[in-house]
Amino acid sequence: MDHFARLGLPAALDLDPAALDRAYFALQRQWHPDRFVSRPPAERAKASSEAAALNDAYRTLKDPLGRALYLAALNGVELPGDGKTIDDPELLMEAMEAREELHEATTAEAVERLAGRAREQVRTALDGLASLFLAGDKPAIRKALLRLRYLDKFAEEARARRTNIERPRA
Amino acid sequence: MTLLEIHEPGETPLPHAGEGTLAVGIDLGTTNSVVAIAREGKPAALHDETGRAMVPSVVGYPAAGGVAVGEAARQLLASEPRNVVASIKRLMGRGAADLHAVAGVLPYEIEPGSGETDMVKLRIGGKPRSPVEISAEILKTLRRRAEAALEKPVERAVITVPAYFDDAARTATRDAARVAGLEVLRLVNEPTAAALAYGLDKGAEGLYAVYDLGGGTFDFSLLRLEKGVFQVLATGGDTALGGDDFDRAIAERMLAERKADGLAGAIDETAVKSALALARHMKEQLSDRDQASGRLEVAGVPSFHALSRGDFEAMIAAFVARSIEIARQVLADAGMTAAEVHGVVLVGGSTRVPLVRAEVERFLGKAPLTDIDPDEVVALGAALQAEALTGGGDTLLLDVTPLSLGLETMGGIVEKIVPRNTPIPVQLAQDFTTYQDGQTAMAIHVVQGEREMVADCRSLARFELLGIPPMTAGAARIRVTFAVDADGLLTVSAEERTTGVAQRIEVKPTYGLSHDDMADMLYDSLDNAEADMTQRLLTEARVEARRNLLALDAALASDGGLLDAAERAALDAAKARVEAAMAGEDREAINAAAEDLETLSKPFAERRMDRGIRAALAGRSVSDLESRVADPAGE
Repeated sequence: MDHFARLGLPAALDLDPAALDRAYFALQRQWHPDRFVSRPPAERAKASSEAAALNDAYRTLKDPLGRALYLAALNGVELPGDGKTIDDPELLMEAMEAREELHEATTAEAVERLAGRAREQVRTALDGLASLFLAGDKPAIRKALLRLRYLDKFAEEARARRTNIERPRA
Repeated sequence: MTLLEIHEPGETPLPHAGEGTLAVGIDLGTTNSVVAIAREGKPAALHDETGRAMVPSVVGYPAAGGVAVGEAARQLLASEPRNVVASIKRLMGRGAADLHAVAGVLPYEIEPGSGETDMVKLRIGGKPRSPVEISAEILKTLRRRAEAALEKPVERAVITVPAYFDDAARTATRDAARVAGLEVLRLVNEPTAAALAYGLDKGAEGLYAVYDLGGGTFDFSLLRLEKGVFQVLATGGDTALGGDDFDRAIAERMLAERKADGLAGAIDETAVKSALALARHMKEQLSDRDQASGRLEVAGVPSFHALSRGDFEAMIAAFVARSIEIARQVLADAGMTAAEVHGVVLVGGSTRVPLVRAEVERFLGKAPLTDIDPDEVVALGAALQAEALTGGGDTLLLDVTPLSLGLETMGGIVEKIVPRNTPIPVQLAQDFTTYQDGQTAMAIHVVQGEREMVADCRSLARFELLGIPPMTAGAARIRVTFAVDADGLLTVSAEERTTGVAQRIEVKPTYGLSHDDMADMLYDSLDNAEADMTQRLLTEARVEARRNLLALDAALASDGGLLDAAERAALDAAKARVEAAMAGEDREAINAAAEDLETLSKPFAERRMDRGIRAALAGRSVSDLESRVADPAGE
C-alpha cells in the first residue's frame, strides 16, 4: 500500500496539511501501541507495525519536497542517491555560485537574505512541479527535483550558518 | 529474518497482572523521585507520613547492613559518605568511555575494570553495584510508598525518562524497574509527561514548549496540543547538563577558597560530597535571597563561605546559555519561531533558579507557566498516562526519536537511517551491498547521534551478518531495518535479499547489561525478598481489614437497629482497635484485631441474615420463590 492510500488521501502533489493531520490522527487513534497495552502479543505486534507504517507515511508526505520525491518515485522517476554526482552542469554552476555567496556572507541579515531567496526558489519550483506532473514530463520532473533537493540543502546550510552567527558569545 | 535485539535483557514482556493491581506514574529523577496515581483523570502525587512527595534519589548501603533510600540515605551521608550514592541516573547505561561526559570531580568510586564492554559499576559499601540495581532500590521504595498509600499491590508503572536519553539508558531504566518488580507499561519522555499534565489537567491547547532542567539532564521539547492529541514536533537536550552543574560550580569555588586560605585537609571524595551538599543548600537559598552563606567542615577544619546572587549567576551563565542554545535548535528543527509558541512549561527543580526563569522568558518572550509544581508535574503526567493505558482513554500521545540512528559505512562515516524527530514507533530500512568479490560476511555497527563521523557518535552495538552467498562485489542486497518501538527502544535486523539467506545474529549490547548481570541482580533482589514480602503481607492485611470495616459500616448504617446500646458500644470499640492496629506496622496485630471484630459482629450478621430471609419470604408465593432460586442473578 502506498503512503497516500494508507492515509486515505488522493495521490497528488497538492495536499491540505490539515487534512493530512486529520487522517493521520484518526488512524493513529486506532492503531497506536498505547491502545494495545493489555492485548495479546500478536495484536500488539500488528498495531506496532501499522502505527510504524502510518508514521513513515505521515513524515514522508508532510514535507512538500518529501511528498514530491515520493510521488515522482511512484511515477517511475529515478533520482541519483544523495551525495552522488549531479549530472546537470547548469545546476552545478548555480550551486557553486550560491555556496560562494553564503561563504562571503558574514552578518545574520546577509545570510537570511540568501536563505530567504532559497526558500522563495523552493516555492516557485514546487509550484512549477505540479504542471510537470500533469504533463507527465519525466525528464523535466527529474531535473526540477534535483534542483529542489539542492535548494533545500542550501536553505538548511544557511539556517545552520545563521544560528552560528546569532549564537550569543558567552 | 535475522534479529538483533539490542535491548534484549529488559524486553521480555512480563505477564499482565490482574485487574486488581493499580498502575502508577513514576518520575525517576536525578535528584528526586516522585510516584503518583491518577483516578478518573485526576492525578495526585503520593506523599509519605510527613507529607513529602519527593524521595531524594539517594541510596545508601550502611555498614550495619540493609539499604537506605531517600531522606534516610541522605542522613547517612554525614556518617558514612562512602556508602552513599546520589545522582545515579547520570550513569544509567553508561560505559567507562562516557565518564568524561559526567564532568568535574566525580563523587563516585568506579569499580576498576567495569565499563569496558558493559555498564560501569560503582564500588560502594565494599561491593560492586551497577546503576541498574541502585536505581531499582529507589523504585522499590516508591513502589512500597504507593502500596502503603493505596493499600493495594502495585505491579505496573509508566516511568519517565529524559527525552534525550539514548537507547542504553532507556534499556537500563527498564531493567531497573524489572529488578524492582515493576512491569513498565511505557517509558514516557519527561517533557511529554509534563505537557500531558498541563494538557489534561489544565486544558491547554496550541503550540507548547517544555523547558525541563533537572538535577542532571536538560530537555527541551515542542508539542502541539489539540483535542486530546499530544504531538511532539521536535525535541533536544543534553544528558549532562543540570542543577548538579550549578552545585559543582559552587562547590569547586568553596574548595578553591579553602585552598587559597591554606587550610589543611585533602580534597577527597568525602570533602567533595560535603561541599556539594552545602553548595546545594546555598543555591536553594539564592532562589529567594540575594546572599547565601554556609560553613564547610573537612577533616575537622571549618571554613566559612559567602555567595551573592550576582556571583552565582555569573558562575552558571554558560550552563543556562547552553540550554537556551539547545532550545533555539529545537525550534529551528520544528520550523517554528518563538512568537508561535503559545506557552512554555517549566519542569524540574533547577527551573526555580531566577536566572533560568528570566532567560527562558527572554528567549520565548512570554512568562513561563508554573501552575503545576515543577517537581511533581512529570510524575502527574506519567500517572495520567498510566491510567490511560490501563483504563483506556481517548488521549493520543505521539512522540519522536530524540537522536538520529544510523550505521557505520566505509571510512567511518555515519549513514543515518532514522533521523531525529521521527515519530515513533517507526520502522525504516536501507539497502547496503558488498564491496569485495566473494564477500560472505558484513560487519554492522549501529550508532546514535547527530555527528557525521562514527567516532563522534555513541556506539550502540556491533554485529556481523554471516552466510552471505559469494557474489561479485555490489551484487548482494543487504537490507538493514531499524525498528524503534513506542518506548523509544531500538531493534536492528539484517537480511540478505537476493537469496533470502538469513542468519540469526547473537549480539552483546555495548553498554547494556549481560544476561549474567541481570540474573545476579534478580538473585540479589531475593536477599531483600523477605522484607518485600513482609511489606506485601502488611499491605494485604490492611486492605482486608479496611474492606471488612467498610462492609460493617454499611451494615450498621442500614440495620444498626438490630443491636442494643451495649452491643453497639462493644462493636465500635472493636472497630477502633482495628483502626489503631492498621495505623501500625504489625500485620499480626491487624489480623488479630480484625478477627476479634469478626467474632464480635457474628451475632449481628446472623440477625441481619434472619431478617433478610424473613423480608424475602414475606408476601411471596411459592412460585415466586422457585423462580428466585432458579435465577440467583434476578435480585
